[in-house]
Amino acid sequence: MSSEGMDGPKLGFSFDLYSRNDMLTKKGLKPPGYLKTGTTIVGLIFKDGVILGADTRATAGPIVADKNCEKIHYMAPNIYCCGAGTAADTEAVTDNISSQLKLHRYHTGRESRVVTALTLLKSHLFRYQGHVSAALVLGGVDVTGPHLHTIYPHGSTDTLPFATMGSGSLAAMAIFESEYREGLTRDEGVNLVTKAICSGIFNDLGSGSNVDICVIEKGKKEYLRNHLTPNPRTYISSKGYAFSKKTEVLLTKITPLKELVDVVQVGGDAMEE
Amino acid sequence: MVSSQNENRLLSSEGDSQRTQYPYVTGTSVIGIKYKDGILMAADMGGSYGSTIRYKSVERLKQVGKHSLIGASGEISDFQEILRYLDELILHDNMWDDGNSLGPKEVHNYLTRVMYNRRNKFDPLWNSLILGGVKNGKKYLGSVSMIGVHFEDDHVATGFGNHLARPILREEWREDLTFEEGVKLLEKCMRNLLYRDRSAVNKLQIAKITEEGLTISQPYSLKTFWNFAAFQNPTVGAEGSW
Repeated sequence: MSSEGMDGPKLGFSFDLYSRNDMLTKKGLKPPGYLKTGTTIVGLIFKDGVILGADTRATAGPIVADKNCEKIHYMAPNIYCCGAGTAADTEAVTDNISSQLKLHRYHTGRESRVVTALTLLKSHLFRYQGHVSAALVLGGVDVTGPHLHTIYPHGSTDTLPFATMGSGSLAAMAIFESEYREGLTRDEGVNLVTKAICSGIFNDLGSGSNVDICVIEKGKKEYLRNHLTPNPRTYISSKGYAFSKKTEVLLTKITPLKELVDVVQVGGDAMEE
Repeated sequence: MVSSQNENRLLSSEGDSQRTQYPYVTGTSVIGIKYKDGILMAADMGGSYGSTIRYKSVERLKQVGKHSLIGASGEISDFQEILRYLDELILHDNMWDDGNSLGPKEVHNYLTRVMYNRRNKFDPLWNSLILGGVKNGKKYLGSVSMIGVHFEDDHVATGFGNHLARPILREEWREDLTFEEGVKLLEKCMRNLLYRDRSAVNKLQIAKITEEGLTISQPYSLKTFWNFAAFQNPTVGAEGSW
């Protein structure tokens, strides 16, 4: 196993399985579909820091696979990252870089900087030439101030005062372009971000359910999970579910588990091996 | 090999007919809203030739008869053809000389039939049209696409306007907008499109139609803001990135 890490990662994307996958596709095997987040994610810089926002719908084609997933990923105590695109890719790449940042913090003894996360993410994505389908909005506050960046699947980045990504990005950008000002207060910023995410939720089919917010300021952060839930379940039966009374009970037999299972205590700690 | 070529030639009599496969000179979005006294519509004056902005004085908002206003995006030559069809329609209507004139709802229906019929012949008129007007005090605003999809609503947009302007209109449109408020709302949407649609140009017209009549404004430009601090010095604290 080659050692991977900060000193020498294996270079290039491994195309070893390409010809085998190609042969299987020709034979008629449909490749497994992947869970896409079909998303609205936004970020904006306000007076004292950065606010990130995201919707909570994960789609698999036309079906909503997860009604309340988490799209704002932890990178460092002062850096968070929203992810759009393939859910597995955004999850994996942010976890990976988050670990690398932690090791780096131990190594240097300092708080992580947003540009570090930015460079690690963009180098990783560039190496995979766009095959890692992760579009990210990275935001955080470090010693040099608040920063907000967007990262595209092929590895290009932008530094912006406000940013949107995902299928609902146009709907959210319409709100930002018309209402963003510099020097917003925290509450104004949170309201604007909520408005932009709601625009994505209600105008884009790939986004929906609830609004998650994360406010990062110098020295503190607030992760507001489900800050707004504008799509509650409308009709809930108060009676719960009951089997119809006509269901005939034919047989009732209760078998206690202990009679059939022998629990053998091996000497020492059961979890030790 | 030779026989299959002959076969293709026999079948190619279908391929010889003129069909619009793709548009050449195109106009970008049009936005229309109902307001207190009638309809307001906005469109910029750009005609793009692929990725070049070739023409900067294309009027994409036109009057139709006494009561209607049409705005078009898409292929400009097909729009000019539609205007000729509408001319003929209005002419024949006037020739009846019966005191009645076609209202916006009727013109919208006519356009829907024309667009759908052309689509069925695989020779579409490559446009998305917005039709608005007021007749006998009733306001009407509708939209027709190149495949014949049509509907009527309080605010409509074509092309990119659907993605960038519709969310704003859904938030901020009200039944009782005054003329000034309506224009401000349209300008807000057009500014958004100017920032984020690559084929938009900063020269637009706004048209207003009420029971009294139609006015199309002179072309004018929107003010834009580029002075965000992050744009001035984007890589402060991150030397070498962009």
